[in-house]
Amino acid sequence: MSMTITEKILAAHAGLERVEPGQLVNVRVDLVLGNDITAPMAIQEFRRIGVERVFDPERVVLVPDHFVPNKDIKSAEQAKVVREFAREQGLTHYYEVGRMGIEHCLLPEQGLVAPGELIIGADSHTCTYGALGAFATGVGSTDLAAAMALGEIWLKVPPTIKFVYHGQLPPWVGGKDLILYTIGKIGVDGARYKAMEFTGPVIEGMSMDGRLTMANMAVEAGAKNGIVPPDGVTLRYIEGRVKRPYRLYHSDPDARYEEVYEFDVSGLEPQVAFPHSPANVRPISEVGLVEIHQAVIGSCTNGRLEDLREAARVLKGKKVHPYVRLIVIPGTQEIYRAALREGLIEIFLEAGAAVSTPTCGPCLGGHMGILAAGERCIATTNRNFVGRMGHPESEVYLSGPAVAAASAVLGRIAAPWEVQ
Amino acid sequence: MEKLRGRAWKFGHDIDTDMIIPARYLNTSDPAELARHCMEDADPSFAGRVQPGDVIVAGRNFGCGSSREHAPLAIKACGVSCVIAASFARIFYRNAFNIGLPILESPEAAAGIRQGDEVEVDLGSGTITNLTRGEQYRAAPVPPFMQEIIAAGGLINYVRRRLGKDEV
Repeated sequence: MSMTITEKILAAHAGLERVEPGQLVNVRVDLVLGNDITAPMAIQEFRRIGVERVFDPERVVLVPDHFVPNKDIKSAEQAKVVREFAREQGLTHYYEVGRMGIEHCLLPEQGLVAPGELIIGADSHTCTYGALGAFATGVGSTDLAAAMALGEIWLKVPPTIKFVYHGQLPPWVGGKDLILYTIGKIGVDGARYKAMEFTGPVIEGMSMDGRLTMANMAVEAGAKNGIVPPDGVTLRYIEGRVKRPYRLYHSDPDARYEEVYEFDVSGLEPQVAFPHSPANVRPISEVGLVEIHQAVIGSCTNGRLEDLREAARVLKGKKVHPYVRLIVIPGTQEIYRAALREGLIEIFLEAGAAVSTPTCGPCLGGHMGILAAGERCIATTNRNFVGRMGHPESEVYLSGPAVAAASAVLGRIAAPWEVQ
Repeated sequence: MEKLRGRAWKFGHDIDTDMIIPARYLNTSDPAELARHCMEDADPSFAGRVQPGDVIVAGRNFGCGSSREHAPLAIKACGVSCVIAASFARIFYRNAFNIGLPILESPEAAAGIRQGDEVEVDLGSGTITNLTRGEQYRAAPVPPFMQEIIAAGGLINYVRRRLGKDEV
């Protein structure tokens, strides 16, 4: 019987020949992940289980990234719990401020996730790693605790929805626009409990950074995982990063899909998600006049080098609007340094932006750019829920880096071609 | 299994975890402190007025968004006895079972129950009774495997048993 890539990876990790949607399986995990918000609770639960050691100190990754550098005393206490646990357990992959990154930018970059692997993380955007042809999904702290002890987790095999993107992406339109457009079409629960398989010539021609952005936001449609079939782009990306054996899985030609969506993206415009839902999407030509007070370029969705390059292309030689604060947050130290070498950071500073050390910070209303009542922000982040970036009466609009950069210059939500 | 009884607090579709417990309070995992801010950005008066035993009733995709277990924990800690929704986001669904917050999926109940209705929930049979309106609704059955986790008293106890840490 034929299977999808998601079903094949789950079957392999369950030690089964085949699995079917709806089936509950106990699977071996290749990697488990926690951060400074979810790990403290997981560590407390881990202790309650009564085991001394994690199942494998090389396969438990802890990345304090949400409220670091510590934003207040309570956050400092939480980060300390994570740090001390990492030392006690002798974890190979604990990343300290100054050597870290936003978890979902960091793990692929460091070669900690590979095609065909099964990764769970106590962070909803763990689904990002599906871009590499892996199965990755978000869980809560108690699930993380159990997986740290057992090296296993139970999962329900999801049915798969296949998305096929045809045509040629127009200039200034990328992975973020494609995923916002898709969520706009199917809604924030359109893929609830399901796998989203991203395929077609447009995906084949897309860089890894763009694919990571797309898989990252699968959870915004309610999906269990997002996944991209591994190909030459995947192999080039992992070359020199992944140093252990891995396996490439592909969906069988006659695999069963719950639904198949086909999109022609040739006429697609940059997309903007209006408050307060990632599905509340409009093309840039239908945005109208929306004045902004802040722009944020960064996050696990769009904090990668290609995103910074795109923003810099718009901002080069321009100035941030006098009424706007532009905050740029490279996703990892390595991305930060690469941006420095390429002169991108100089472009941002010259334009009048604030550049921050890697952190999730403003994306979840933590720190480094909180909004007051009545303020509006355009952000390359992933959620625009009520109060997401600060005051419950503030507003977040989601876009790709080019639109965010153009908006920062013009003081209103704008297309990149308006800045010339 | 026990019956739960309380007043209904109605919420709409797509209630996200930022609404249930905003990230500005995630610098702690103390349940009592989380409880003080439960549902704050959806209804700022909720945490001050909710009574032990009360029931949250919501539409589709309850608990969408982040993986923060602080969300079901805040709901449980402010005394809510169970959440009834037309459907749940998947991470919230897992988290609720794992920490022992009863949740029931019932589109009929989500549609029929109004703010302030007196509701009785029989977790064993999945029957929801609206005492105010004299109506009864059925909840989707809980998968047998999830029932095992509940019977063990949450995932951690279930894992302890598997590892032989507890007598069965």
